[in-house]
Amino acid sequence: MKLYINGNETRLGEACGTLADLLSRPEWKERRMIVELNGAIVGKEDYGHVTLADGDRVELVHFVGGG
Amino acid sequence: MISAGQDRYSRQERFYGIGAEGQKKLAEAKVLIIGAGALGSACAETMVRSGVGRVTLIDRDYVEWSNLQRQNLYSEQDAAERMPKAVAAARRLRSVNSSVEVEGIVADITAEEIGLYTRDVDLILDAADNFEVRMIVNDIAVRDGIPWIYGACTGSYGISMTIVPGQSACLHCLLDGLPTGGDTCDTAGIIGPAVQMTAAYQTAEALKWLSGNVSALRGTLVSFDLWTNRHSSMDTSRLKRADCPSCGSNRTYPYLSPGSHSRTTVLCGRDTVQIRPASPARLDLEEWERRLSAHGRAERNPYMLSLTLEKHRLAVFPDGRVLIHGTGDPAEARSIYHRYFG
Repeated sequence: MKLYINGNETRLGEACGTLADLLSRPEWKERRMIVELNGAIVGKEDYGHVTLADGDRVELVHFVGGG
Repeated sequence: MISAGQDRYSRQERFYGIGAEGQKKLAEAKVLIIGAGALGSACAETMVRSGVGRVTLIDRDYVEWSNLQRQNLYSEQDAAERMPKAVAAARRLRSVNSSVEVEGIVADITAEEIGLYTRDVDLILDAADNFEVRMIVNDIAVRDGIPWIYGACTGSYGISMTIVPGQSACLHCLLDGLPTGGDTCDTAGIIGPAVQMTAAYQTAEALKWLSGNVSALRGTLVSFDLWTNRHSSMDTSRLKRADCPSCGSNRTYPYLSPGSHSRTTVLCGRDTVQIRPASPARLDLEEWERRLSAHGRAERNPYMLSLTLEKHRLAVFPDGRVLIHGTGDPAEARSIYHRYFG
């Protein structure tokens, strides 16, 4: 399955199902993020039932604390 | 005092968005800056040079050599003398623009005391180094209707959002709890341009708000990475929650309740833990210098007392706070603290 994550073409071995599945991957699991799917922001409550499709564009913005 | 030239703000007034009217508004504005580290330095310098009427900085820390790479208000002398950042910053800022009322406060931001500093400000610029403080700032800003501008950075990455109470989503809408883990300046480092870019986003929004250009506000959560050349701007208005504990209809301002703030904090970017007494204290540093000098090398300036032990160094402040350097472990820090302060 092919996704565009923050503009980068990313191939995932298996279909990753929902947005929640994608966000549970180790590289994002620990982060607090705001997520856009194909240009529309997605609320946290919807992560579990938004299904990803081939070619989707996912934008992930993470919060940091340094200052 | 050197008399200010008539044309000091001429280029800013010539700018279509500000003009003489906007400049007059800036001169009447009062801004509070939370933190005087990298973002605090950059934001404060821009506010003071722009001719904002009053700029107040609050910071709990003091200048160290590792700060000089990116914290643009500080000098080698400040680091050598371990000057509190709020004191060194205020001194530098007054020399940059003597017509601005500059106040530097050496203190920690707590739920109990933040109201003392926010009482009559028009805007809060966030330059804190942790989310605990940001959530306190968010709660009081939303409660009292003060706009505030979140900004943070690490590595080559930065992020900012302007929170206008009653209009935009607040930080608590976006973050349902304190983030743990993730990058810090400790793990990811930080480069100066990431600081300057973040501060540029923050201070541009500040100038808009303070000069009365509300419609020019960005309205999005902006983030960028200067190393990978990514940029993003997201409209977060959809994330405003009706049930948000800070800005929703049954709001409780959870981060303002006494005791919500932990007494032990691991400082970002440093092998250091801060311990705060349960209630604010007034320490006589001279007396403590006498007591502690039996245990290690004690040095004192008007703002703090430094005690060098075999493996750790303690920085003791008159308000009772102690920074314990040489450990990132809160439990070890607490045990060292109790050894000397009971």
